[in-house]
Amino acid sequence: MMDKPWNNRAWLFVVPVLIIVLFSSLLPMMTVVNYSVQDTMGQNNFFWNGVAWFQNLLDPTTDMGGRFANALVRNLIFSLVILCLEVPLGIAVALCIPKHGWRVGASLVLIALPLLIPWEVVGTIWQIFARQDIGLFGAALNAIGLHYNDTQDPTSAWATIVIMDVWHWTGMIALLSYAGLKAIPDAFYQAARIDGASRWSIFRNIELPKLQKVLVIAVLLRFMESFMIYTEPSVVTGGGPGEATSFISLDLVKIALGQVDLGNAAALSIVYYLITLTICYVFFTIMTQLDQRKGV
Amino acid sequence: MASITLDHIAHAYPGPPGAPKHYALKQIDHLWQQGRAYALLGPSGCGKTTLLNIISGLVIPSEGRLLFDNTDVTRLPTERRNIAQVFQFPVIYDTMTVAENLAFPLKNRGMERNAIKRRVEEIADLLDLRPDLGRRARGLTADAKQKISLGRGLVRSDVSAVLFDEPLTVIDPALKWELRSKLKAVHQALDLLMIYVTHDQVEALTFADEVVVMKDGAVLQIGTPAELFESPAHSFVGYFIGSPGMNFLPVTIDGARAHADGAVFDLDARYAPPGAGQKVELGFRPDYATISRQGPVAVRVDRIEDLGRRTLARFTLAGKEAVATLVPGSGLAPGDDAALTIAPGHAHVFIDDLRTEGSPA
Repeated sequence: MMDKPWNNRAWLFVVPVLIIVLFSSLLPMMTVVNYSVQDTMGQNNFFWNGVAWFQNLLDPTTDMGGRFANALVRNLIFSLVILCLEVPLGIAVALCIPKHGWRVGASLVLIALPLLIPWEVVGTIWQIFARQDIGLFGAALNAIGLHYNDTQDPTSAWATIVIMDVWHWTGMIALLSYAGLKAIPDAFYQAARIDGASRWSIFRNIELPKLQKVLVIAVLLRFMESFMIYTEPSVVTGGGPGEATSFISLDLVKIALGQVDLGNAAALSIVYYLITLTICYVFFTIMTQLDQRKGV
Repeated sequence: MASITLDHIAHAYPGPPGAPKHYALKQIDHLWQQGRAYALLGPSGCGKTTLLNIISGLVIPSEGRLLFDNTDVTRLPTERRNIAQVFQFPVIYDTMTVAENLAFPLKNRGMERNAIKRRVEEIADLLDLRPDLGRRARGLTADAKQKISLGRGLVRSDVSAVLFDEPLTVIDPALKWELRSKLKAVHQALDLLMIYVTHDQVEALTFADEVVVMKDGAVLQIGTPAELFESPAHSFVGYFIGSPGMNFLPVTIDGARAHADGAVFDLDARYAPPGAGQKVELGFRPDYATISRQGPVAVRVDRIEDLGRRTLARFTLAGKEAVATLVPGSGLAPGDDAALTIAPGHAHVFIDDLRTEGSPA
């Protein structure tokens, strides 16, 4: 072991990646960290402010803290609702995708279409779609006597955003689940038929357990994306009516770019980031440990 | 429990209209008897899995009828056929314990709980799974999982047949023997009809009472291991069974003699002169042919292979390489002149690949 060549040149190969990561995420993030512990009176003069911004943010009795707490609750509810809708729906869609022939390709393309549309365009499509005068969706709902108005009524606004997200992203869960289902060898289905298992039992005892790993990834991706949602609601509702659909990201942009309140915005960014990271980490750890414990 | 009748079964996958049908399985007419063990043996793509799938109901044959005892089941779905199948790799239900896995087929058929428990314990004892009953099936080794797959098949007392589709593929060689003897023991204990698909002749010959040798969708021979070895009906059977396989030399037949490029073999029977253009071959097993210094047919030793238990000598005759057992202590080396002797009754004549019997000389 002693005469093992000790060569550090390999690090040179990592340098380009480090540089890219440095400029793309570390430096911008450090800037944010910098802002979060300083205050300014303008003229680009900054002074040390300690953790005051964070204290302010995390105390719900303050104006800033109250705003943040409300937005956080909205975000969590939104993520929970869309996960509860998209995951079962995505699995159901995946189960319905044909197994052979030209229909496979056709279905996959159709399912993938919403995923290929840029976020802003999705927002615009639904903004128009939901209009009560010319929007197919909004006008149709009002025509059958439902009171629907996404710019005035919080319930309508939420429904629009949730349905839009389900439309946009269920396809991803369906595609992931379809890939997971395809990976199950035929012998499992044959064995289940021989064992006389019902369709539900096949789903419960074969398909769902085999999909578990894929679904963990799908839930993680959907959680991260939905928790950080910005573009679509900012186009469709702009956070309204009132504050009804003001998610953290929308608020953050208002504080940082609208009010140029850099300290608050920076502290909010960091807390926001840490929450996302923590939830993902906890979820992933629990799922993988459950997985391992079951193996014993 | 039942016997299975294959009544002129054949299967062709639908091809382009007008084109001649391509048979994945050529016509087969056979009776599998209750309580016996059969092996379907052949190279990949020979139709053995198609035949197995026809029996299990995963494939509906394009021609013929399939009878379990006297009931026509040709078109019955798998779940109504009362068969059990063990697949190439273990199929277990990950989320269940071993006991739940074993109970699953009974539960699905609405059996009463105590009866299920009794039956599961019976089968677990038979397969030595008793200590694992409470464990999750997922964490077990491949051979234990394969035993669970087998157990799920055996747990129903009404199974007509147990089908095995190369069940030892993923099992460690050391455990293969153990599992194979377990299968034999189960077969004896339960008196079931078992059908075993494999491309491994050792597996087929040790497992089965009768072996079905298949090639290109056709059944070439059905017989006991001894029959396949001693009197293969088709040159492929001779070549495929035995290690090394049978030697084949192109010959011309003249009554009770075979001529191969100057060498003359005396046969035990007289053969009618074959028709023009027919391929005539003399087949003999290396196990029944010896190379020594003295003998009727002169050859030159090309190579010597010491297998430990016996030594093989390779030589070239009539332009074909052949192999025979080297007589111990003959002191022959590669390049030496030697002689080939075929034991009486072990030189077979194949005309167009089919073994032909002569009339007594």
